[in-house]
Amino acid sequence: MDFLVTLINGLSSGGTYAIIALGYTMVYGIAKMLNFAHGDIIMVGGYAMYVTLMAMGHPVIAVCAAAVFCMILGIVIEKVAYKPLRGASPLAVLITAIGVSFLLQSLAQIIFGSSPKMPLKLQISGAVTIGAMRIDYSTILTLAVTVIIMVALSVFVKYSKTGRAMVAVSEDRDAALLMGINTNRIITITFAIGSVLAAVAGYLMLCKAPSLSNTLGSMPGIKAFTAAVIGGIGSIPGAMVGGLLLGVVECISYSIPALAPFTDAVEFSILIIVLLVKPSGILGKMRREKV
Amino acid sequence: MANDNKLYDSDGREIVLKTDQLCIQFGGLKAVDHVNLEIKKGELYGLIGPNGAGKTTVFNLLTGVYKPTSGRFYLCGEDLTGKPPAEVNKKGIARTFQNIRLFNNLTVIENVMVGLSNQIPCSIFESVFRLPRHRKSEREYYERALELLKVFKLDEYKDHLASNLPYGKQRKLEIARAMATNPTLLLLDEPAAGMNPNETQELMDDITFIRKEFGMTILLIEHDMRLVSGICEKLTVLNFGTELAKGDTAEVLNDPEVIKAYIGE
Repeated sequence: MDFLVTLINGLSSGGTYAIIALGYTMVYGIAKMLNFAHGDIIMVGGYAMYVTLMAMGHPVIAVCAAAVFCMILGIVIEKVAYKPLRGASPLAVLITAIGVSFLLQSLAQIIFGSSPKMPLKLQISGAVTIGAMRIDYSTILTLAVTVIIMVALSVFVKYSKTGRAMVAVSEDRDAALLMGINTNRIITITFAIGSVLAAVAGYLMLCKAPSLSNTLGSMPGIKAFTAAVIGGIGSIPGAMVGGLLLGVVECISYSIPALAPFTDAVEFSILIIVLLVKPSGILGKMRREKV
Repeated sequence: MANDNKLYDSDGREIVLKTDQLCIQFGGLKAVDHVNLEIKKGELYGLIGPNGAGKTTVFNLLTGVYKPTSGRFYLCGEDLTGKPPAEVNKKGIARTFQNIRLFNNLTVIENVMVGLSNQIPCSIFESVFRLPRHRKSEREYYERALELLKVFKLDEYKDHLASNLPYGKQRKLEIARAMATNPTLLLLDEPAAGMNPNETQELMDDITFIRKEFGMTILLIEHDMRLVSGICEKLTVLNFGTELAKGDTAEVLNDPEVIKAYIGE
């Protein structure tokens, strides 16, 4: 029974990683860049919720406002910071992304100070007891949201014009252009979707533990990136599998007293093992270089 | 769309593509040097020449991949010089590639549906919220894509991944995908490359068929002389980026200059 609870908790925290990892993997697949500022969008979303709560009061409005704000922020970052570098070396883009990450963190610190905020209204406390199992409401909510997002995103990508165009652009941007697809627009849409998902992930984190600082998104961002690489970066199902796997490993490791202090190490070891065995990730495709 | 700038030749036939002194230079190399093409409606025009003559570069200029150093080109009288590739495609120039570039992770029918993207309106807002127009447009995409696949006899493979098709069928699918963008002018870059004689024959039949069925104007690059002499009405021969000869196929192919450029003296 204990193991079952651990598994459910793992799937839940893995769900949050998966939602964040989807943002990394979609942007990588389509814009061919690692957006290291993605984790910080989560933090910005957190502050957006905090500010809305101060002004209006209701958590639902706060989450919606944060989603909209993050979406706009994602689009603006792409237009201002990344779009001028299209065609530049990947290293320049990567460094720019790290720069944007620092910029967001520092701005948050300047505006909101360095002591953590406690948006307690976002917290969902309480738990349901099934037999001997005790599962937090927040865990159940996270699982539900994860499933909904995964299904909705898969359906969107598979059965819509924009979704198909996204797959086409991720595979061959030039050929897609020549088929009349506005690739800039597809990239913008990808950033918008990724940023909304980041805001949702931010809420899922704060409803468990309502403590908000300017580094809220750093560790989850890195772990979600790890999850995306484990699953195969660029692959949407890969990000889902990688995120869930990482969450489950994390919770199992926590539940074993000898391993608990080394949980982060255990998680990143998974990355190393996967990269050794299958460098393209679990669901990633091997790219054969043509000679 | 009304277009009052349409060009006509002296016999009153509409000119679909006109290039005016088209040039592109890469560093010191003049890859395409003052090329003047004039292709009339419904014509099947061939662009031939030895390797490195600049044929594919002409295609890249005509699709907006490269910007010409000087010169202009017009589709049905409309100046498309300097327009980005997606825009040129929307205006009516579609192409296939010398090395097949299908979307391999999409199925056969989805590849054609991507080509149809600009033909059927549906905004992302409608897709995200799955409004009625989303479902209607999705059905329309599917049906129109299926129709096109039937023309190319690819409908039985519609749910296969594009990468799993045999080579000859992949070439056909590329043409179908290009046709899906509803072009006025279709550019085919070595459509018969790597095909066996049977496949080449089948391809020639297909090209003839889409000309008849859709009244399509086609410009093609090809090395297979059997195909060129079999179906092209007119030819331009490029050599080192310049026009070596042009005119009716039979005349051009018997031109001693052309023979010299191809097989040497």
